Amino acid sequence: MAEEKIRVLIAKPGLDGHDRGAKVVARALRDAGFEVIYTGIRQTPQMIAEAALQEDVDVVGLSILSGAHMALIPKVVELLRAQGQEDVLVLVGGIIPDEDVAKLRAAGVHRVFGPGTSTREIAAYIRRAVAEREQASHAQQPDDPGQEG
Amino acid sequence: MARGMELDPLLQGVLRGDRRALARAITLVENGAPLATPLLRALFPRTGRAHLIGITGPPGTGKSTLVSGLARAYRGQGLPVAVVAVDPTSPFSGGALLGDRVRMGKLSGDPGIFIRSMASRGSLGGLAAATSDVILVLEAAGFPRILVETVGVGQAEVEIARTAHTTVVVEAPGLGDEVQAIKAGVLEIADILVVNKADRPSASRAVAALETMLHMGQGRAHPVWHHGQLMSLEAPAPSETDPAWEVPVLRTIATAGEGVEALHRALERHREWLWETGHRERREQARMARAVESRVLAVLGRQLRQRLPGGDLAALVARVSRRELDPHTAAETLLQGLTREPPPGA
Repeated sequence: MAEEKIRVLIAKPGLDGHDRGAKVVARALRDAGFEVIYTGIRQTPQMIAEAALQEDVDVVGLSILSGAHMALIPKVVELLRAQGQEDVLVLVGGIIPDEDVAKLRAAGVHRVFGPGTSTREIAAYIRRAVAEREQASHAQQPDDPGQEG
Repeated sequence: MARGMELDPLLQGVLRGDRRALARAITLVENGAPLATPLLRALFPRTGRAHLIGITGPPGTGKSTLVSGLARAYRGQGLPVAVVAVDPTSPFSGGALLGDRVRMGKLSGDPGIFIRSMASRGSLGGLAAATSDVILVLEAAGFPRILVETVGVGQAEVEIARTAHTTVVVEAPGLGDEVQAIKAGVLEIADILVVNKADRPSASRAVAALETMLHMGQGRAHPVWHHGQLMSLEAPAPSETDPAWEVPVLRTIATAGEGVEALHRALERHREWLWETGHRERREQARMARAVESRVLAVLGRQLRQRLPGGDLAALVARVSRRELDPHTAAETLLQGLTREPPPGA
């Protein structure tokens, strides 16, 4: 009966309204068997962090094309950490200059997917990263309660 | 997902209203994790005071926008509000796209509001199997009003009436004629009917059709759950002490907030009516009967499926597909096998 689903929040921080990419990814992740919470455009870092908390997601996917990524994305990571969600996977998609990719990774973003990334690759990455994180958390908690009848 | 967790801190967190603990508890319950049963058991004594409001209706009628408006009306009244919004799971991939938050952006930043999206995960009644357990967690966390938005429904998904105290059915103009309005199903479970998008030209016709439908049925029959069956009971003649509930047909334009205040008042009026007439207790008994029964049936179903000899089933199905056997006879054959066999472990 126990059934775990990978939950992914897809949000567009900032003011650009180009949400086609975000929708394509949301749809592809749905087809990969994930539960995708789509929040739409013009989300502030506070709105994104709040939704990630309430929805208890495993992954936050941020789509951004406006160029404001350095102003917005580290803030999302910071808010997630402040509310105790340091283990949530943060992924970024959109147009990000190479020099900023390293900065975003340093700020706590796990992976930046540029234009042309296949949605299959994104789904495979998420599945692998979530499984690794689960293993790590189980290794820390050897006395996990067993299945009950 | 259920990352390493212990019962006690989680329980205390939920009762304290800690939002992270609440969110994680909901995940455990939704997943049917091992901790879910002891958690629900410990939380149950703290439930039973909230008013549960179901919002249902066809896709695209504006349910999410109405829920958003209603939540703000309740906040204006000073009451914390939880929202559970259900969207369908894909029958093919098992994934889901939960998009109800798109219409609820105005609720963000308010610590008195908690929104949770749920995928239906294979249930066909408009809710997920775990929705009523998730509601229990939210009740225990102290939310006095809980708004439950169903998946966009067609005509027959009436599970919400077994789950909520007050059911609002949202329609939009242009979806059907008077014959649609007198068909059985979703419309019958409404305590309050709403025609949203009331600025559309055919809104008056939709309202008139619904009102005609209400007047055709004496207006006094009301749905009750009896031994797991939904029944329409002729209400006793209304009296001073037991006035009948007249299902109102309200017009709203949710995107502009018009009519939302009237809907909020109607909801609170229905809540008071339920308490004053004793209907609240009756609905609560029916809800709890359902809660117990559905658990028993789920476990029995699982046990039976485990005991069904898989090979026999496949062979019988193949014969039925070839039209050598009819489905009734195949089922009887399997059942005879089950009743002859001693239960495992006996």
